[in-house]
Amino acid sequence: MSRETAELTCIVCPVGCRLRATVEDGQLVEAQGNSCKRGAVYALDELCAPKRTVTSTVRVEGGFLPLVPVRTREPIPKDKIAQVLLDIAKIRIDAPIRIHQIVAADVAGTGIDVIASRSMSRVSAPRAE
Amino acid sequence: MRTVECDVAVVGAGPAGLAAAARAKRCGAGRVVLMDRDRELGGILNQCIHNGFGLQLLSQELTGPEYAEHFINEARDAGVETMLDTMVLEVTRSRQIVAVNRTEGLIQANAKAIILAMGARERNRGGVIIPGMRPAGVFTAGAAQRFVNMEGYMPGKRIVVLGSGDIGLIMARRLTWEGAKVEAVLEILPFPSGLTRNIVQCLNDQGIPLYLSHTVVDIHGEERVEGVTVARVDSDLRPIPGTEWDIECDTLLLSVGLIPENELTRDVGGELDPVTGGPVVTDEMETSTPGIFACGNVVHIHDLVDNVTREAWTAGEGAARLAARQQPGGETIRTRAGDGVRYVAPHLLHLDNLVARDVRLFMRATRPAERVQVEAVVGGKVVFSKFERVVRPAEMVVLTIPPGKVSPGKASPDHAGGGSHPELVVRITPRDRDTAVEGGRKA
Repeated sequence: MSRETAELTCIVCPVGCRLRATVEDGQLVEAQGNSCKRGAVYALDELCAPKRTVTSTVRVEGGFLPLVPVRTREPIPKDKIAQVLLDIAKIRIDAPIRIHQIVAADVAGTGIDVIASRSMSRVSAPRAE
Repeated sequence: MRTVECDVAVVGAGPAGLAAAARAKRCGAGRVVLMDRDRELGGILNQCIHNGFGLQLLSQELTGPEYAEHFINEARDAGVETMLDTMVLEVTRSRQIVAVNRTEGLIQANAKAIILAMGARERNRGGVIIPGMRPAGVFTAGAAQRFVNMEGYMPGKRIVVLGSGDIGLIMARRLTWEGAKVEAVLEILPFPSGLTRNIVQCLNDQGIPLYLSHTVVDIHGEERVEGVTVARVDSDLRPIPGTEWDIECDTLLLSVGLIPENELTRDVGGELDPVTGGPVVTDEMETSTPGIFACGNVVHIHDLVDNVTREAWTAGEGAARLAARQQPGGETIRTRAGDGVRYVAPHLLHLDNLVARDVRLFMRATRPAERVQVEAVVGGKVVFSKFERVVRPAEMVVLTIPPGKVSPGKASPDHAGGGSHPELVVRITPRDRDTAVEGGRKA
């Protein structure tokens, strides 16, 4: 039986509750200090399978800006972050871009898509400085 | 010169300006014009590509650009007119705006109400006085953020961040994810100035060391930064001789605070709060100049955009009420920061509003504390309070006073402490002193 107790700072929202959580065999046995239910879910995830939302940028051809911001649609396993970032770095997409358009499906085998975080219009000529 | 006649003119199309303009229009204002010097709407949100925006207000964890797009759509749907690439040069007491852009030249706008939403700018090297050489490679964190996230340039490969403000923490992670090595984050104060969640996910997750009570005392390099000397500081924030060591790096990012951008506000001649650096405002978000409103970072520096939007809605409603000649009249009560509170905004509350609606007070704690009561005190009596498990200077405290807690009788000069100006004092006191109240009332 594996039993682990840890002090955590919840990062679900900016309140940043300080949690004391105990997990045993992949189950949350006890959580203290969380002021909402999401804190308990976070504690279990963080101790058994930590996840993070990854945000980055992707090169754009013909866009109002040379880059478009992107994010994973949902948090991905923390140990996949490096591979996801490497995959995102290789992508080139064409403007126009719609917000939440899929930029890369099932990134790094996570089953989670990378989506655009904003819309971007197409410009025919390079942007004047 | 073109002249624009409107009910409400808004200066700045970041989160504050967008929400204020949309709300003013929705509350019945006629023509609402929103001006910004940038090429697109959204302000600084466009470069804040990390997530965490909108958790409180929209119950979603959005990135900055998504949060911006939500409120850009709201403003457009409400019928707000926008003027981009337009620089406001002057705002007058008689509610005129002089602006300029490339296509029209000078433009004059005559408004019944003006909302100032210019935001803030970053404190830079001159603002913190770092000795040493003047090589390339010293950037503010927000400038680096724009380079990396919108322009596609990396500011450097080996980075030291001075200051633990949120933008610096966010950039420490962002630059690490883009392949740079962030050697250290240094904070002169004994506690972090950014949100705790950012310390966890931006520094701890990436294995970046945070040195509290440390600062940069020298910058090396002639053409380009080659390194910095750092030292521990004493309780007066002075470097302690003998504690110095060098860190090799090619870039120094500064995340040492934001300064409300109030040149236009000063031109109008309104009263400023020496602590916030922003204008003194009423609970309608009206400055001391009638008809000139302000909201967002131009008033005081926020840590959460959700609170900026809330404050902007209040300003939008206030401006619409003024345009419709339905402003609250009557007596006002002044707010004051008491024990444990660095500042409180708004500064002036209408008794009519305190009777009729929720009045939201934003404040910052002077020091970190646990298990405290945040109290509103009028005439020596606690009229409303709430319990907070933890308060930190980095994280704004909001106290929402429900209607009817302060009645005109209670706030009369006789009851308000003898002075001729009745005041409402907010203070943060240790919970243990007040054992009678159980659980704390939720705002």
